[in-house]
Amino acid sequence: MLTGLGITAGYDAPVITDVSLTVRPGQTVGLAGPSGSGKSTLARVLALLHKPFAGTVEIDGETVTGFRFQARQRTRIGVLFQQPRLSVDPRFTLRQAIAEPGGDRVGELADLVMLTDDLLGRRPHEVSDGQLQRACLARALALKPRYLICDEMTTMLDASTTAALVGVIQAYQRESGAGVLAISHDTTLLTRWADETVRLSAPLPR
Amino acid sequence: MVNLEIDRVSVRFALKGATVEAVNDVSLLVRPGECVALVGESGCGKTVLASALLGFLPGNAETSGSARLGDVDLLAATDHELATTVRGRRIGLVPQSPASHLTPVRTARSQLEEAARVLGGDARQAAERAGLLPEHLDRYPHELSGGMAQRVANALALVGNPPLLIADEPTTGLDRDLVDGLLGEFRRLVDDGHSVLLITHDLAAAHKVADRIAVMYAGRIVEVGPAHEVLDGAKHPYSRGLANALPERDFLPVPGQPPLLTDLPAGCAFAPRCAQATAICEDRPVLTDDPHAVACHRPC
Repeated sequence: MLTGLGITAGYDAPVITDVSLTVRPGQTVGLAGPSGSGKSTLARVLALLHKPFAGTVEIDGETVTGFRFQARQRTRIGVLFQQPRLSVDPRFTLRQAIAEPGGDRVGELADLVMLTDDLLGRRPHEVSDGQLQRACLARALALKPRYLICDEMTTMLDASTTAALVGVIQAYQRESGAGVLAISHDTTLLTRWADETVRLSAPLPR
Repeated sequence: MVNLEIDRVSVRFALKGATVEAVNDVSLLVRPGECVALVGESGCGKTVLASALLGFLPGNAETSGSARLGDVDLLAATDHELATTVRGRRIGLVPQSPASHLTPVRTARSQLEEAARVLGGDARQAAERAGLLPEHLDRYPHELSGGMAQRVANALALVGNPPLLIADEPTTGLDRDLVDGLLGEFRRLVDDGHSVLLITHDLAAAHKVADRIAVMYAGRIVEVGPAHEVLDGAKHPYSRGLANALPERDFLPVPGQPPLLTDLPAGCAFAPRCAQATAICEDRPVLTDDPHAVACHRPC
């Protein structure tokens, strides 16, 4: 299980206060809520990218001891972001981006997300958002994470690419038993994709 | 109020050893009091078409065809002409990601007042119409939430009272309430006699606000017609696949991937992904000439 217990986190002021959330292996949990409600902050805490002010994160029963640069447990969690263009080094070809986490499964991963050889040789500015997000998904799966956190992964994508990438993730879950946290504004999408959906409430007015 | 008449527009980019055929022979009419949505997946040429209309293409682009807005051909006009008579005055642009479109070192008010002065509009009225309170205007872009930044961008696009509004992926990254608010604003503008060209990959948004939907695939318009007919009774296999991929419908992708714009097939560009394709699809289909038009030899 990936569990956040009593998480209070933010930047200067807390954005989320005392929030708990659990993702079980094989399960898909949706996370919804309006802009500013702290969905991405919670995602960053659970992905060990942001240290909370209070609360603990547990991965399969093991308490997380380091966040950000000290996060040695982070390879068990894959992350996909809203803007693939900001998530890939612009100097890399897609092939290099997928190989970045290490491992020699580039060909297999590229087949999984349906990227052709020609596309693998291109750099981010030479492909569409959809094609780049496919590469980001391949990269996120490279180390066979136990949990996958998708933070508005489909925002930049058309309906067909959205359906294709969600299909790839579901197939990976069936094969590996991985748990998924799916964050989206789109409640129709979460209704279809997630087993259950948690809502964060609107932020207090500033 | 005038028509926007896009007539057989093509845009090519010359690269080393290759030509990108980004927009191919596109014709489209946007009338006053009408919202037309141009939908398609990312990389299909939608934004290139919008950039061509505003004269924002890079130097290696070659265009052909014409895009008439009243007595101006937007493709033939000089940059000076576009800057002094078209942008902001005849065409307002609502950009993708408004927060990064605003000048970060100046308040919303200073940017809006400058635009009002240059274009001869009324900043206070434009802000009010966009739903901005005076205290919002004193904020810098990084102090604005996504929804507020969107309203500032709307006010900037509308302060010169242009008859045509081009909105490029305006709903990306906004939550549903903000999307509904923005689409409602577009609808009010259209009902006031403005024309809106909405460029989006969000079919649900297109369905909600547009009178007509044009579906673009590999740089060509493959289907155009009344919004509900295109979504609920699509004639082109690609439009049908796109509509069925919605999470409230089948949630299944269109099989395969779009062709490379540097290496387009001579016939129908969708044929390699199409379950209904036959030998006839090696000839390029022509867009029919009726209110619900389709470019397909074997329509659904």
